[in-house]
Amino acid sequence: MPKVLVDGQPIEVNEGENLLEACLNAGLDLPYFCWHPAMGSVGSCRQCAVVQYQSDEDTNGRIVMGCMTEVKEGARFSLETENAVQFREAIIESLMLNHPHDCPVCSEGGECHLQDMTVMVGHRDRRYTGKKNTHRNQYLGPLINHEMNRCITCYRCERFYKDYAGGKDFGAQASRDRVFFGRQTDGVLESEFSGNLVEVCPTGVFTDKPFLAHYSRKWDLQSAPSICTGCGVGCNTAPGERYGRLKRIHNRYNYDINGYFICDRGRFGAGYVNNKERIDYAGLREVDGSYSAIRHENALATAGQWLNDKRVVGIGSPRASLESNFLLKHWLGPANFSSGLSDAEGPGMKQLIKVLSTTKANVPSVRQMQSADAILILGEDVANTAPRISLALRQAVRNKSFSMAEEAGIPEWQDAAVRNLGQDELSPLIIVTSSESRLDNIASHIYSLSPDAIADFGFSLAARLDGSDIEDEMVCGVADILSQASRPLVVSGIGSFSPDILSSAAKVADSLSNLNKKAMLSLCVSESNSMGVAMLSDEHTLSLASVMEQLDDIDTLVILENDLSRRLDRSALQKLSESKVNIIALDVIENSTLNRASMVLPAASFAESEGSLVNFEGRAQRYFPVFEPARDRLPSWHWLIKLASLDNDNKLSALACFDDVVSLLADSDKKWEEIVKVAPGQTFRDRGQKIPRQTHRYSGRTAMNASVSVHEPPQPKDNETALAYSMEGLNRDQPSTLSPYVWSPGWNSNHSVQKFQSKVDGQHKNQTPGIILISSNQNGFGESVSYERTGALEANNWTLIPIACIHGSEELSSYTKEIAELSGNAFIAISEDAANALGVLDGDGLQVIGGSAEISLEVRVVDRMAEGCVGYSVGYEETLSLAPGQTVRLAKDASWIRSKPHLIATDGASEASLGESLYV
Amino acid sequence: MLSMLRTMWEIFIHLFRKAETVQYPEEMPYLAPRYRGRIVLTRDPDGEERCVACNLCAAACPVDCIALQKDAREDGTWYPEFFRINFSRCIMCGLCEEACPTYAIQLTPDFEMCEYDRQNMVYEKEHLLINGVGKYPDYNFYRVSGIQTATKDKGEAINESAPIDTKSLMP
Ligand code: SF4
Ligand code: SF4
Ligand code: SF4
Ligand code: SF4
Ligand code: FES
Repeated sequence: MPKVLVDGQPIEVNEGENLLEACLNAGLDLPYFCWHPAMGSVGSCRQCAVVQYQSDEDTNGRIVMGCMTEVKEGARFSLETENAVQFREAIIESLMLNHPHDCPVCSEGGECHLQDMTVMVGHRDRRYTGKKNTHRNQYLGPLINHEMNRCITCYRCERFYKDYAGGKDFGAQASRDRVFFGRQTDGVLESEFSGNLVEVCPTGVFTDKPFLAHYSRKWDLQSAPSICTGCGVGCNTAPGERYGRLKRIHNRYNYDINGYFICDRGRFGAGYVNNKERIDYAGLREVDGSYSAIRHENALATAGQWLNDKRVVGIGSPRASLESNFLLKHWLGPANFSSGLSDAEGPGMKQLIKVLSTTKANVPSVRQMQSADAILILGEDVANTAPRISLALRQAVRNKSFSMAEEAGIPEWQDAAVRNLGQDELSPLIIVTSSESRLDNIASHIYSLSPDAIADFGFSLAARLDGSDIEDEMVCGVADILSQASRPLVVSGIGSFSPDILSSAAKVADSLSNLNKKAMLSLCVSESNSMGVAMLSDEHTLSLASVMEQLDDIDTLVILENDLSRRLDRSALQKLSESKVNIIALDVIENSTLNRASMVLPAASFAESEGSLVNFEGRAQRYFPVFEPARDRLPSWHWLIKLASLDNDNKLSALACFDDVVSLLADSDKKWEEIVKVAPGQTFRDRGQKIPRQTHRYSGRTAMNASVSVHEPPQPKDNETALAYSMEGLNRDQPSTLSPYVWSPGWNSNHSVQKFQSKVDGQHKNQTPGIILISSNQNGFGESVSYERTGALEANNWTLIPIACIHGSEELSSYTKEIAELSGNAFIAISEDAANALGVLDGDGLQVIGGSAEISLEVRVVDRMAEGCVGYSVGYEETLSLAPGQTVRLAKDASWIRSKPHLIATDGASEASLGESLYV
Repeated sequence: MLSMLRTMWEIFIHLFRKAETVQYPEEMPYLAPRYRGRIVLTRDPDGEERCVACNLCAAACPVDCIALQKDAREDGTWYPEFFRINFSRCIMCGLCEEACPTYAIQLTPDFEMCEYDRQNMVYEKEHLLINGVGKYPDYNFYRVSGIQTATKDKGEAINESAPIDTKSLMP
């Protein structure tokens, strides 16, 4: 390792890094603004100034920017010399000239990088007495608050939003000290990663709007390490609570998965935890059909009658924890357990697991995907089904410019230089999907095919890579591109609900591996624990359809956190409603399945319970309760133990705590052996103490509950996990899975994460990234696939393609007010040509007729759509009766009333004038 | 020996001094305005609640006896939805007053806060809020701060210039 001298002290540095990184790695505090560990340096803020000496004789030195200076063996620098210190203080002073007197009413306060840096350089007294510049703010939608006066023009927001996340509707405007960061006009930010502005902006310009509405300071939040339940990627999050309310979600650094960024569904989609529709008490359906809340002891007594000596079947859920699903299966037996996956998804998930356990390719983490030098997407709209992965793919296509930079001798962190050199040169990204996707704008090749055709394409491509003689131009072209790459990545998934597409992706990945490439295969799943529940399934597991068939032989149905109306068709639901079966449903929030249940038990949400989730790679991760479940809520695993004990089932009643459940799971099958290592158990102690959920400056302990009683209650005891509902203990060296928040002296903002990393942007010092539970035997998928293809469709017959929406398609997040506002109407997506043929315009109504469904949906005309296909928004109430792959007929709905245009342009245009122009 | 005699002399001399003890509560002692007694929340010169719910007093309090929750008025200005001080814990140290950036929270010379029931020592906002400015007659935080209020547009705060026209091309 090269060494450099900083203020006379030799420090070890990594080859090729810049001095700012080297200083931070050495634990030195050098202030900075524009540099970001994931986005590199541009040298625009001038805050990281240090003095560099030319030689041993040089005593004056010259000021250089730490973030723009590559470290070279033997170089001499000084942070402490008078010049450097004064320069940095002067920079802050000048950045503060126009800074408003806002800290007390700024929701960045207390975790503000600008505050931290100001204190760090020692600038205290304002000398400038002139007038301050001011700005007008913009309305940026329900998620992000804008307070432009606070800007210090570091350009990080623009660099993240446009350069890193590929957003188009945001940027710097105006010149000199008038620079403004925002949109052209007021309106909802389009990027699905806009929420990261909250953490990227070092000041309070962009802040979390829903959090602001119920704001508490960072030091007052009680936090716990958690996992996002928004999709199957499994990003790590740090939710914060106060006064029994889930206040906000912050990114929690995980080197392998989310790094510094999460998507807006993850950040803002957990508001349902505070929804008034949450279930608080057990409910029992009366004879007249109404519900009444009952004490949970009474509920259990009644449940006992329904369980003993009866045929009980359990329906699991891809959004419930692994432990809860496992207990359900273990209690009722494999033959009485259904995974709860829909019949469209179940076979796909089975195929997916088979692919992952045989593939010759490497199954990459999100971070590893960023190293791909050619990407093929088969039938998955990644930006909507696994948003964080799409952000990684956006970085991966830059590998071309990184290799150009390497040739030119430019280090990767020289962001502006690398982008300037690379211009529009991107690594190949080939998108083969049925409809448009948000990644289209960085793709080198885009093909719109029906799901069947995508699978066929994949199989031919694999054959071509294996050396078969295939004429097809498209297949040959793509094969050529992939065979030139050394780290090709194939991305597919369950999004099209087509097992064939998964097989074809597996074939392509195997063929690429056969060509001696470091091929990667990544398969997206739809929900946070789809993978876990699919792995729990075996040959005995019932499909939902067979549960419905056997309904008459079943006495009691236990439904675990699963809204069946999202997974069953209308007739099955009707049958369920009419049947005599006793339904015990556990769930977190009111839904239509609970309305069919005979008994409802209130389950704790992810923020009030513990559990493991298995993500798309097969990586199991643990989430921890942020606060105690209120009222009669209990974690589902706890309810299940109670229910099982009623059923004279002694093997479960012996379970005393969560760790016992995990051990039982580990012992149940070889594939779960490692699950105990996912996170330390409740006996874990750091220097004799549990890990505190509260910061050391948590305020109001003796007043929070004083309105109820002046006698302070003891801190709640957490007997299930290694965390404590307390401010006592250390949050420093514990494994990263137990890290509830980041803070370090002098570093109050999330930038303190560097104090927990082994090196800047590196692994956590005590990295515990979860445990990968699926390992491949590397034999290859092998199987020659037989399949049926739907023949050519008659005129005006269309195949339905599921279209996932980042806001609206996921179940729980759509119960969040802000997300519901952004989801818009359910829609039917058709191509321009189809719209012309059907005589409809964007926003008109189309009748969708097929099977049991006959509904009218709003038309959305999309840029591209496969021949013979129409898309529908999945997961919306209105489209629950539609199934992927179904054949439907379409007709213009003459009685459709166009909804008011979504009004976002508020600068000048009045509602009336906008309406007029659209209605003519 | 000498020191004992001197002490006795000093004490003897005291017999002829005026007594400092007052007949409290019949006779009230003089307490300076800066005396650290019962805490109040004051109003700004315009009669609005001064507290902006910044939580700094709560963070400064060594016994953690202040709890509050931020809420916002229609114009976006912050104020406390509730503000609670548990006086049975308060040690009258005055750190909250020092931390307060708006002069909202102030200690007063009133120390007569005895209660038979400890629960009555818990003061909510309606018990704390007074109809006056307290020791600082002039200060109004929102006149200085950069955020827009119902009565103050952007650029109208003290020492602010008019909002920037981002479309201007002037150098
Ligand atoms: S808005 Fe924030 S991130 Fe953007 S330039 Fe200003 S201070 Fe930097
Ligand atoms: S990508 Fe998925 S797991 Fe990650 S934050 Fe978004 S919804 Fe959550
Ligand atoms: S006077 Fe001291 S103890 Fe009392 S509320 Fe203020 S800071 Fe807390
Ligand atoms: S410090 Fe002052 S303004 Fe802030 S919350 Fe306390 S009383 Fe209110
Ligand atoms: S951090 Fe180095 S110039 Fe901004």
